[in-house]
Amino acid sequence: MTGVPLVAYLALGLLLFTLGVVGVIVRRNPIVVFMSIELMLNAVNLTFLAFARYLPATGMKTTRDLAHGAMAGQMAVILVMAVAAAEVAVGLGIIMAIFRLRDDLDIDEMNLLKG
Amino acid sequence: MEGVAQSPNLLVFAAFAGVAALAAIGVVAFPSALRSALCLVINFFVLAFLYFSLGAELLGITQIVVYTGAIMVLFLFVIMLLKLQAPALLHERQDFKIPLGLAFGAALFALIGAQVLGPLQGVFQMRADPGYGAPEPVGRALFSLYLWPFELASVLLLIGIVGSILLAKRKL
Repeated sequence: MTGVPLVAYLALGLLLFTLGVVGVIVRRNPIVVFMSIELMLNAVNLTFLAFARYLPATGMKTTRDLAHGAMAGQMAVILVMAVAAAEVAVGLGIIMAIFRLRDDLDIDEMNLLKG
Repeated sequence: MEGVAQSPNLLVFAAFAGVAALAAIGVVAFPSALRSALCLVINFFVLAFLYFSLGAELLGITQIVVYTGAIMVLFLFVIMLLKLQAPALLHERQDFKIPLGLAFGAALFALIGAQVLGPLQGVFQMRADPGYGAPEPVGRALFSLYLWPFELASVLLLIGIVGSILLAKRKL
């Protein structure tokens, strides 16, 4: 969309990322903590794509450079999506295993590894 | 800045961004995990439309399929299995973590905003080729220059599958 500044996309990404950080700190339900992590990953994806579309780096001059930069951002997003999928599958499996083990899901009470 | 009246695109963006931000606040603020999950679905959907607005069509479709289609179903499935709606299970306590987390978030927002947003003000020009997000160039890049990271990602997904099957066994 023309007429929208790059800063608008970056500010939205920053807001979503910050909300994700707050969610990870504040919430005690591990599933909601996972959702906040997903929120952070998506904020970073939005930032990657915004930079890939606008390409504000002044060092990129030739069309080949521009095409490479735009593609690099999208490849990073694809890899982040793959990592997020693997992370959710394993993480939710761990949550289920913990729930089966102790019938409680409060992450403030999970201190088995405490020395 | 031309003013709002001359750029209706800015209004469209503001509407999408507002919905996305509200949904994200809902994810963090709703006490019920189910409502958080539904807010997250809305957020992912709106983000997919923002990807479309950036010209990344393939990734917008992938966002809908992978996130709202696969990951959110997994979340809702686990919430259903764990019976998190039982009110006795988990009360969010009012303690020092909430103001601390909010203050930390505000500080993070101010810090990154001051460092990053300032120098990039006034960037309006989209310098990438408008067709950069079509399936054909993305696939071409994925299977030529980025083949090695792509294969590594597939290995990662394979390990994820094996790990989640292992974790789902009745006796660990």
